[in-house]
Amino acid sequence: MEMNQYLSIFIDEANDHLQSLNENMLRLEQEPEDISIVQVIFRSAHTLKGMSATMGFEDLASLTHEMENVLDLVRNNQLKMNEVIFDALFKCLDSLEGMVQDVVGGGDGKADVSDLVEQLKAIVRGDVGGSSGKSSASSPPNDAPLVATEMLLDQYQLSILEQSVDNGLRVFHIEVIVREDCVLKAVRAYMVFEVLERNGEVIKSHPSVQDIEQDKFERSFSVYYISHIDKDQLKKSISGVSEIEEVKIMAVDRSSLAELDQSKQRENEATVQAIQSAREIAAAAAAAPQAAAQPASQAASAETAKKAPAAPAKAAGAAAAGGRTIRVDIERLDKLMNLFSELLIDRVRLEQLASEVRRNDLTETVEHMARVSSDLQNIVLKLRMVPVESVFNRFPRMVRDLAKSLDKKVDLVITGAETELDRTVIDEIGDPLVHLIRNSVDHGVESIADRAAAGKPETGTVQLRAFHSGNHVFIEIEDDGKGINRDKVLDTAVKRGVVTPEAGKKLTDEEVYMLLFAPGFSTADKISDISGRGVGLDVVKSKIESLGGQVTVTSAFGHGSTFSIQLPLTLSIISAMLVKLGSEKYAFPLSSIVETAAIRREQIRELHGNRVIEFRKSIIPVVSLAELLECPDYRDDEEAETEMLVVRKGDKLAAVLVEDFISQSEIVLKTLGKYLTNIPFVSGATILGDGQVALIVDPNSLIK
Amino acid sequence: MAEELKVIVFTLAHEEYGIEVDKVRTIERMVPITRVPKTPAFIKGVINLRGVVIPVIDLRGRFGLPESETTENSRIIIVAVNDLEVGFIVDSANDVIDIMSDTIDVPPEVVGGIKAKYLSGVAKIGEDRLLILLNLSEVLSRSEIIQLEQAGE
Repeated sequence: MEMNQYLSIFIDEANDHLQSLNENMLRLEQEPEDISIVQVIFRSAHTLKGMSATMGFEDLASLTHEMENVLDLVRNNQLKMNEVIFDALFKCLDSLEGMVQDVVGGGDGKADVSDLVEQLKAIVRGDVGGSSGKSSASSPPNDAPLVATEMLLDQYQLSILEQSVDNGLRVFHIEVIVREDCVLKAVRAYMVFEVLERNGEVIKSHPSVQDIEQDKFERSFSVYYISHIDKDQLKKSISGVSEIEEVKIMAVDRSSLAELDQSKQRENEATVQAIQSAREIAAAAAAAPQAAAQPASQAASAETAKKAPAAPAKAAGAAAAGGRTIRVDIERLDKLMNLFSELLIDRVRLEQLASEVRRNDLTETVEHMARVSSDLQNIVLKLRMVPVESVFNRFPRMVRDLAKSLDKKVDLVITGAETELDRTVIDEIGDPLVHLIRNSVDHGVESIADRAAAGKPETGTVQLRAFHSGNHVFIEIEDDGKGINRDKVLDTAVKRGVVTPEAGKKLTDEEVYMLLFAPGFSTADKISDISGRGVGLDVVKSKIESLGGQVTVTSAFGHGSTFSIQLPLTLSIISAMLVKLGSEKYAFPLSSIVETAAIRREQIRELHGNRVIEFRKSIIPVVSLAELLECPDYRDDEEAETEMLVVRKGDKLAAVLVEDFISQSEIVLKTLGKYLTNIPFVSGATILGDGQVALIVDPNSLIK
Repeated sequence: MAEELKVIVFTLAHEEYGIEVDKVRTIERMVPITRVPKTPAFIKGVINLRGVVIPVIDLRGRFGLPESETTENSRIIIVAVNDLEVGFIVDSANDVIDIMSDTIDVPPEVVGGIKAKYLSGVAKIGEDRLLILLNLSEVLSRSEIIQLEQAGE
């Protein structure tokens, strides 16, 4: 059967499935108890297997088949996810990705997957002995109060808890520790119980209520508790009682209840090793959210998701994917854009003609056409807009792997993934973001030990945010790491000759941080394989600037740094100032113009052979555009008074002399084609209302 | 076996040249050209071809022939080679003919001052009509443009 016609569909869909697999695996890693995620993963893997087999990619099919076997055990509660399984499955995803990439590159998608297949088979056999021992050793020793024997539940209590979970109520295990210097422990405990009774029902407490009332407990007591309020509220109200040192609240769900059930029978029954090790892992995993003191462990929400309105952001994103969409070749959109820009040009021409002819009905028709076409313009531009999600969604996996290899704990929090940007920007922004996020994880977030020493939670947080503001999109990367050491940056900059010591002393903090983006600059004490690849942040900066964007840094030493990128919404249409030089017309991007003014000849002064002018109490260089562009029929030195544009590059200014301003207008950006590349001072071209081509001046190139 | 080749015939300084028809996108009358600064003299500038900006080369200038004023007959031939789209200004373009591949000879070392490497062959048509076939990828070669740019500086 001829399969080539289906190949591109296969590749698209395979990539979608791999992306979804990666995302859901990461989610599952956060919430290992959530069987519904396993179901999603299973379905994706299953579809991928079917597709691959149909297309004749045997290795892809056989690997996904083995993954399915593992996932099948997990979703039927016969196997618990653990670190070993996660690692194995992630490796499989990498391998699958490699095979699909091979297919994309015209290969046959073959790869040696026998090792991985063997590993998966071993997991299915329950043969994860050595590694499971390792992972249970790495779990906090008996930091798992769920299975503390004194807290075992009887069948009745267990079934109450199970029913409550099924009914969408929240079930918690709460441990309260009173302060060492607490005088009346029993009173405090009584007060805590009062708070608890107000908001729900205590199912079991240890020690028993009587014992607690008679002061027969050390410093802590724990309860199983059913409530209608959420964890944060609960924590707040319990902490409201004075002389309480700590409140540990952990959400309990069906699977952890099942664990309790099992642990009860453990003494009597010789359980299969696989299940036993899985139990330990699950207990450790259940304890993990508590240890990390995560704000809202959604472990319980999976079972209650149908009823509970508070669904995590990720789940909402998955639901949104259900919208009706159509895949369109980007080339077709480009053609549409070209045709549309012709229409815009004709519109401007018509407007000119109508204003000359001065006929009411013509003017009205042209005005109507102008309105329709500006609506059309919005739609055409929106067609090219893609949510940044498509770039962002590769980062959770990257951060996970990075954190692992650096032996750090890092949470990546993504917000605003639905923010839309022009496709052309999306395609280009990925690499700079990879660089900045690597930078944050590698240089920003401290090691676990350093964080503990600084009194911070072990897990560092890197926030990746995107949002609209005016005509721009901002993307920010914020970490709660050690921040930027101003003095160290300055020292290095001086050492590398980026600034002179004298100039360095005058710099503001922000200016010092920007030195990080100077070419050849790196503050890393030692070169790591993560970000020390000889590529500095200067590449990031130049890339972003080539997209018409800007990057800024703020930082608080000891508390973290924020890298903020400002990007234009689209690269296809910009606001520009049209200027005249003799018979020629040029366009200046409005974004780099600071001011327009007229100056008299005598205001221009000579300074060391260079022409300068005083502008707002500083001396800025004067650039003659006509001279620079070798204009054939205009020279500005004969004029007594000339128009000038003040343009900005970073914090440098220059005055550009032009003959006249024509107008400010929206222009459609065009390239000069592949034949004319790297033309000095020119960044592109646009087509004016009269059909003439006008070149767009690159203001950055005017300032040295 | 001899193959048939369809070529567009145009003139430059009273000589006839040919470009294979499948490399030619369209033939346009002269339109206003926007000068692009800091480019070699033979690059006349850019034009607007139905919404697309296309660079235009004066083929006389490119071949080192004396420049001439544009006339009623001047045309811009838009060619597309290796994803490069470029317009050639020629004195006139007026014919499409079929030539047999076995009538094409290797070009002589020098033809009318044009470097032989720009030519892919010379076709003999009829009694005394010679048609010079262009080697477009050489005419458009970027490396040479870069050399020219450097020489100009």
